[in-house]
Amino acid sequence: MSECLQTIHDYALRSIGIGERLLPRDGFTLCEQVTLIGSGMIWNVYFGVMALFTGFFLATALAVAKGSANPWARKPAEWFIFVFRGSPLFIQFFFAYFLFLSLKNVNSFFDPFTAAWLGALIVLFFNTAAYSGEIFYGALRSIPKGDIEAADAYGMSGWSRFRRIIWPTMLRLAWPAYTNEAIFLFHATTLVFFSGFPAWQQRGDALYYASYFADKTFNPFVPYPILAGYFILFTLAIVGTFGLINKRLNRHLPSENRSKIGLRFNPIR
Amino acid sequence: MFSYCSDPDTLGTFRWFSCYLTTGVHMSFYVAFLKVLLLLAITAPVALGFGFLGAMAARARFAPLRWFGKTYIAIVRGVPDIAFFLFFVIALDQAFEYMRHKVLCPDWDQPIRQGSDFVVCTAAKLPLSTAPQWMHETYGFLLAVVTFAIVFGAFAANVLFGGMRAVPRAQLETAEAYGMSQRQTFWRILVPQMWVYALPGLSNLWMVLIKATPLLFLLGIEDIVYWARELGGTKTSRFTDYPHGDWRMWYFLFLLIFYLAFTRVSEIVLERLMQKLTHGQATSGGEAQRRAAA
Repeated sequence: MSECLQTIHDYALRSIGIGERLLPRDGFTLCEQVTLIGSGMIWNVYFGVMALFTGFFLATALAVAKGSANPWARKPAEWFIFVFRGSPLFIQFFFAYFLFLSLKNVNSFFDPFTAAWLGALIVLFFNTAAYSGEIFYGALRSIPKGDIEAADAYGMSGWSRFRRIIWPTMLRLAWPAYTNEAIFLFHATTLVFFSGFPAWQQRGDALYYASYFADKTFNPFVPYPILAGYFILFTLAIVGTFGLINKRLNRHLPSENRSKIGLRFNPIR
Repeated sequence: MFSYCSDPDTLGTFRWFSCYLTTGVHMSFYVAFLKVLLLLAITAPVALGFGFLGAMAARARFAPLRWFGKTYIAIVRGVPDIAFFLFFVIALDQAFEYMRHKVLCPDWDQPIRQGSDFVVCTAAKLPLSTAPQWMHETYGFLLAVVTFAIVFGAFAANVLFGGMRAVPRAQLETAEAYGMSQRQTFWRILVPQMWVYALPGLSNLWMVLIKATPLLFLLGIEDIVYWARELGGTKTSRFTDYPHGDWRMWYFLFLLIFYLAFTRVSEIVLERLMQKLTHGQATSGGEAQRRAAA
């Protein structure tokens, strides 16, 4: 037990470079595997939360632009969404990494972009913005006509109509699908360290450590179920958090009209 | 490939590229595209079959079978798919070797897991260590196909399960009223009608399957990602007649465009298929078509 506490002390923050420098090399204990894979989850949470938060704003802008009548706004948004939804995230990661690598030779401003914490985050940011943008766009088109007419009748227009009527209704309609998007974005963060972006000083994410253990022990039956356990826990946490927000977005509606979060599949990008 | 390619240093840009893009390694790169298409061609029907079995299991009356079906569908939801890919490739390999070991070497007395090693007798190795290179590659590819089929079978099972539930209840009740047995109702009424409800989900799944093919790289197959990295890397004139800088960015840009075109074409074809299938159906899509024609 005390041995395990020592392991936690050594490795719990290993993925961000705090604690023991060398990874365990042999005689891997269960405690070491659980601790290190859990430590890697820090990166998954970092990528997931940051990309989702920043992507949310770009997604709203994209949805509005795609729904706009002006082709100068609509066309770029359509193309952006098409490119990021039509190609595999895995290839996007590779392309972005090598693009940043080439830009690095041009200007040292691009140095941090070749590191996962920034470069991969940018790709995830664009990617989730495209997927959520499409979801928001769909919601934007299914806003009840009466809601907008009512807003007009109250004399609202432009920004105040968007801020107080269109945007909240769009979010409310899109929220169940957006919850799925959040879950699969979170799952997609595991691709980062398998796609060119180097895990500097072996500071990787949960899957990086899980596959490290699977390679070393040649036994996939321990590390991957541990990883699965962590991901199921975090997925439940996302569903819980988004469920609370969903409740708040629907609070003005009679209870039978509220949209429930039904989970659907939209795996792998 | 061309006769003028013997001395690339003297060629102009266009001719240089025509030689460069037809070297032997580039041919392997192009073959890798065929590998991707082959994977899709095999995986899609197999995964659909797995999905059908999974959906049938999830609807079964026999409770353990139903639990198995539901677990198979549900477990993929909470866990990243890539973790499944990495897991199944090793796990399947070990499972096959373990079974062969039990059959072929019954008098082996040492444990199979020795510390960090997985040891089976030589005769149980898959493929045999004496096998030629192409057998190793085919075996690796088959493992990848089975892995893809298992993972995508779960997704397909979910879609088909939903499709089966969407068939109007009245249809099944009518079948029962005609005296059809459970089995007859399933095969003659439910299965033919479920496709139109399942097709949007299945076409989404096909897109997802296309976008999952680069993950072959992680399963140790020499696929397009592997070759793009190999060919794009900096080459000096010591090792090749075609020296160039780091072109990996351009190779991946090419892959990006390839996938964009592929998904776009699929989208158009599936849209046409959906139009065909909704024709004359008692759904809102079918009704809209009828109105437009009238």
